[in-house]
Amino acid sequence: MTALPAEARRVRTLLAEHRPRHGESLFRGLVVLASLTVLAVIAGLVLVIAKESLLGIAHNGVAFLWGTTWDPVHSVFGALPFIYGTILTATSALVLATLIGVGVALFLVELAPGWLARPIGFMVEMLAAIPSVVYGLWGIFVLAPWLRAYVEAPLHDRLGALPFFSGNPIGIGNMAAIVVLTIMVLPTVAAVSRDVIAAVPDSQREAALAIGATRWEMIRVGVLPYARSGILGAGILGLARGVGETMAVTMVIGNAPTISPSLFAQGYTMASVIANEFTEATTDLYRSSLIEIGLLLLIITLFINAVARLLVWRVAYSATSRSLLA
Amino acid sequence: MTLMTEQTSNALPAADPPAGGPPTASVPTADPPATAAPAAPQAAPIAQAGSSHARTIAVAEHAAVTIEHVAVGVEIEHLNAYYGQHLVLRDITLSVRPNSVTAIIGPSGCGKSTLIRCLNRMHEVTPGARVEGQVRLDGDPIYAPGVDPVVVRQRIGMVFQRPNPFPTMSIFDNVVAGLKLAGIRDRALLEQVAERSLRRAALWDEVHDKLHAPGGALSGGQQQRLCIARAIAVEPEVILMDEPASALDPMSTLRIEELIDALRTSYTIVIVTHNMQQAARVSDRTAFLTVGEDRAGYLVEEGPTAQIFTNPRRRLTEDYISGRFG
Repeated sequence: MTALPAEARRVRTLLAEHRPRHGESLFRGLVVLASLTVLAVIAGLVLVIAKESLLGIAHNGVAFLWGTTWDPVHSVFGALPFIYGTILTATSALVLATLIGVGVALFLVELAPGWLARPIGFMVEMLAAIPSVVYGLWGIFVLAPWLRAYVEAPLHDRLGALPFFSGNPIGIGNMAAIVVLTIMVLPTVAAVSRDVIAAVPDSQREAALAIGATRWEMIRVGVLPYARSGILGAGILGLARGVGETMAVTMVIGNAPTISPSLFAQGYTMASVIANEFTEATTDLYRSSLIEIGLLLLIITLFINAVARLLVWRVAYSATSRSLLA
Repeated sequence: MTLMTEQTSNALPAADPPAGGPPTASVPTADPPATAAPAAPQAAPIAQAGSSHARTIAVAEHAAVTIEHVAVGVEIEHLNAYYGQHLVLRDITLSVRPNSVTAIIGPSGCGKSTLIRCLNRMHEVTPGARVEGQVRLDGDPIYAPGVDPVVVRQRIGMVFQRPNPFPTMSIFDNVVAGLKLAGIRDRALLEQVAERSLRRAALWDEVHDKLHAPGGALSGGQQQRLCIARAIAVEPEVILMDEPASALDPMSTLRIEELIDALRTSYTIVIVTHNMQQAARVSDRTAFLTVGEDRAGYLVEEGPTAQIFTNPRRRLTEDYISGRFG
């Protein structure tokens, strides 16, 4: 056995003597601090909102959830019209956006050649970058007049007997809000669906093709079943965005606390009422009741997001564990 | 299908048809048991070799097997395969005999998998991949204009390297997926086919009481047999196997090999394997591919398995078989 060369011995000595340990703990401390900050912000937010809404909770009671009258002058606060408006617009937009978004995602992943898929994918993501107030402006000045003239009026003339198409078609109302929300939610749904569909292993596609599937059958048998819970997650992420969207909806929904099945009727959402009325909330009770709506909204969106994350994670996890098997 | 069978029995007696020769050139025979004849010349070299290897016994036994279902041959004629501009297979001409197991062996990157993916038009599914030359299935050119790859894939089944059952489908639905795609809804027929296919895939005893459990819940080896059942359920004439046991443990590998042995009486089987012992154990004939200077794979030689492994004509084959490279 030959002796170690001098430089090798020197390297060993240096490594043994000089291991910078303080950098390690500093780094660890910084990242722990950063993540604790996030937790602290969320906890602080929830605490303050909960505390500020105590007055409202005490006065309004549980009936707040199903009260239909919102009359700040007489201190009667019922949140149901806002809950209804939020659920109606967000879920309708979700259904439409999921249908379109999954179609876009399938086109981008399964059909479009690369030179077409990249620019289209980019443009879909750009939809998410447009400020919501711009969507609102477009909704008021372009979409609402167009809906009134070419969609609502013909529907009202032919199907006015149905509750969905009753009332005065003025353009501003639930339908405009749903359309604007659909466009705003679409990039979320399309982008997440695209990622989920792209994560479906090619072995699934080949399995379908090998037994004589056409392109569409391959998607139906090999791709969509595998991606379904991820697509559901994409939809719910979109729902969370739709529920919380404020500015654009406020500008086109009409801001009337009514509960109507009609798509032409003016409505109100939880986010809109907070944005519209916080400046007018002159009494403590009024202010606290608005914050109570905010608390409700927070709970709903946190819940929806948690469910969506779980679904998306489940798909991603099962995909990786499958590939690790090989 | 009946017509197909008659044509095939005509082609069979030609024990050693010239590569690329049309089936009509061979002498017709009427007696189906005579179709066992082609196996006899393959057994002969084994006697000459006088080896006591396990594979010798295995191959010798095949000669005695009676052929219950007449499969068809595949003629590969001057096949070039590309990924984009990159040539991966150069001028492959190879004749795959009916009712036999043909093993394709060779070092990594020689295009073994690409070759069998060309036989059911799966190669072209990869973006940028293309094929030149012709492949004839029972004389029918599968790369002729107007040939629907879907029809080709119904006639030529495929089993992949990793088991790829549809994880959300039940075992039963996995097996009959190809039939359902073809529009078969007759429940009684589907049940018959499912049982028959699972029995032939040697899986029935393990799953007959849980046919409606998800296919993804089975063990790896069971999943691969499920995939074989799914492939044979559509009654293909040829089965392609792309390293079907490479992701499995030794016991599961043994079961798959036994299964291949049992299936040779009904199908023409082409198996890609990087395991030379496996090729020796399961195949009647072996084709050896290697990589050229230009990184394109080419066929070195093809012949009865016993001859390739004991007395190859080419030095390259001998070097590979004896483990000097690859």
